[in-house]
Amino acid sequence: MSAETVSVSGWGRTAPTSARIVRPRTYEEAAEAVLGCGARGGIARGLGRAYGDAAQNAGGAVLDMTGLDRIRTIDAQSGTVVCDAGVSLHRLMEVLLPLGWFVPVTPGTRYVTVGGAIGADIHGKNHHVSGSFARHVTALDLLSADGAVRTLRRGEPLFDATAGGMGLTGVVLRASVQLLPVETSLMSVDTERAADLDDLMSRLAETDHRYRYSVAWIDLLARGSALGRSVLTRGEHAPLDALPDRARRDPLAFRPGTLPAPPAFVPEGLLGRTTVGLFNKLWYRKAPRSRSGELQRISTFFHPLDGVPHWNRIYGRGGFVQYQFVVGYGAEGTLHRIVRRISERRCPSFLAVLKRFGSADPGWLSFPVPGWTLALDIPAGLPGLGGFLDELDEEVAAAGGRVYLAKDSRLRPELVGEMYPDLGRFRALRAELDPRGVFTSDLARRLAL
Amino acid sequence: MKDAFGTPQSLLVLGGSSEIALATARRLVARRTRTVHLAGRPGPALESAAAELRDMGAEVHTHAFDALDPDRHEEAVGKLFTEGDIDLALLAFGILGDQERDEGDPLAAVRVAQTNYTGAVSAGLVCAAALKRQGHGSLVVLSSVAGERARRANFIYGSSKAGLDAFAQGLGDALHGSGVHVMVVRPGFVRSRMTAGLREAPLATTPEAVAEAIEGGLRRRADVVWVPGALRWVMSGLRHVPRPVFRRLPL
Repeated sequence: MSAETVSVSGWGRTAPTSARIVRPRTYEEAAEAVLGCGARGGIARGLGRAYGDAAQNAGGAVLDMTGLDRIRTIDAQSGTVVCDAGVSLHRLMEVLLPLGWFVPVTPGTRYVTVGGAIGADIHGKNHHVSGSFARHVTALDLLSADGAVRTLRRGEPLFDATAGGMGLTGVVLRASVQLLPVETSLMSVDTERAADLDDLMSRLAETDHRYRYSVAWIDLLARGSALGRSVLTRGEHAPLDALPDRARRDPLAFRPGTLPAPPAFVPEGLLGRTTVGLFNKLWYRKAPRSRSGELQRISTFFHPLDGVPHWNRIYGRGGFVQYQFVVGYGAEGTLHRIVRRISERRCPSFLAVLKRFGSADPGWLSFPVPGWTLALDIPAGLPGLGGFLDELDEEVAAAGGRVYLAKDSRLRPELVGEMYPDLGRFRALRAELDPRGVFTSDLARRLAL
Repeated sequence: MKDAFGTPQSLLVLGGSSEIALATARRLVARRTRTVHLAGRPGPALESAAAELRDMGAEVHTHAFDALDPDRHEEAVGKLFTEGDIDLALLAFGILGDQERDEGDPLAAVRVAQTNYTGAVSAGLVCAAALKRQGHGSLVVLSSVAGERARRANFIYGSSKAGLDAFAQGLGDALHGSGVHVMVVRPGFVRSRMTAGLREAPLATTPEAVAEAIEGGLRRRADVVWVPGALRWVMSGLRHVPRPVFRRLPL
């Protein structure tokens, strides 16, 4: 097993720390790695798409799980796959789409591992219909601090602690995932524009239930009467008969293209208010006022940013922060206030996304609760950003909402217990199963999880 | 752990009654810092600094620390790291001396050099080793523009800061990639107890301004911070002034 000490950071490239990277290639090697973690413990890491410090462990071990990348069995009749934790959703799509199956939940990137998807209990554009990723996991194998492997089934306490548990209950080694049948690899997409935030929220509230996938992109730099202007894209897997003749010859093709990556060094401040404001304006203007049934590729609809490898470099060396929170239905006033405050502050954010969540997921630290979730990227170097986001946190917490741990890199530790009421139970379980605190991360240290 | 903006949760100050250090601690406690270790000469100054930070809600511990006693640095400073991670170690001790008197009193001059330079080398290395073990953290070293080019008026102090500055830069390079960040802070003339009664130099600044610059530098993970920022350009000009001219400048 190779091991080297390197500097590790999250996708946002803030707060790097150094850790010993261990790359197990078998379950036995993973157990060996956990037993040999040392005093500062270890944490599993997948493809490093968590924005903050969830998969970092300063001075300790980080288990690079991408070496455990075997798909074990596929049942093409019932639509279940059993695979190692290091298998990416990209790989699953490559293998499963030709068989007529799709992953049950995909986030905005395909480059996450199954283990990471469980650890962060990720959600996608279909949360209002399908819930989070772990809801579709029927069983998983978890490597514990003592080196033993437990098979957990949905509904068991440790399963629910592990779903969304940020890797702190152990290392997921393999999982059985229930898939979604599809006839084609294309999406049938309806696009519409909303003139302002009220318009957007009423459109989403009234018609979301008609779509399996729904998301809105908001221009957070728009002001005044245009505050909250957005583009809604909602869709469904296209049925075979919706495809033109040529596409029907190979309806399940999956060939996402990629553009060249930005250079390793990008000057900071490239994404200022002017450039981002202009980009947002163009994006809004180029979107059709209303268009339905457009056929889009899976990569275009779900993962536009995956087309640019290392897109996180565009924020320069200082990196960026992604802020994602959810407030429940009934707290629309809070959402309004926060959107207005972000707009008034002129945060150069060009990737703000608003979505409605469905019912809450069973994971103790799972992020989604029924309500509105907003996600935005902000360059970390923006002066006063720390204090500003703290103020937003207070509003979110006061409304009974929470921020997403998989994206967090800056939450005030005192608030995490308020936002996640099951945290006490989670801590107690960890203390019982892992008294020496073998599984730990920078996130866990920072927030005392 | 530091957050995305480099704000630490725990802070160790060596030279716990330094005004710049205290201004920095106040700023950081107002953000995320909850645990503060103040190490310095035991006395009312240290205790009142601790009391002030406690009133702001921080958990403050005071420790005896003497820059002139490097034999005890490992024991006095190293052990603080075993009680929990320290996200930021601030090397803030230093004395100005009295140039005119010290030129005629070699032992007093040596005391300036030993406090500012060798004391900092020893304490800096102890901190660096501990930070490296924990795999993260920042070491912030208070240097001075006086170290950038030695001046007739304060070359004893200036040379000690020159040594410290070079040491800290080298240490930063040695620790590159280890998760530990070393930041050299070069303030100009700072209005404080240390400079009370001295003639104020141009571009004079305050402990609060230095604290603000430190916070900004932590956010950017800067290697060097000048306070005020304009000094960087002033000093890069002064560095290239020929000796005969420099000697005559009213600095």
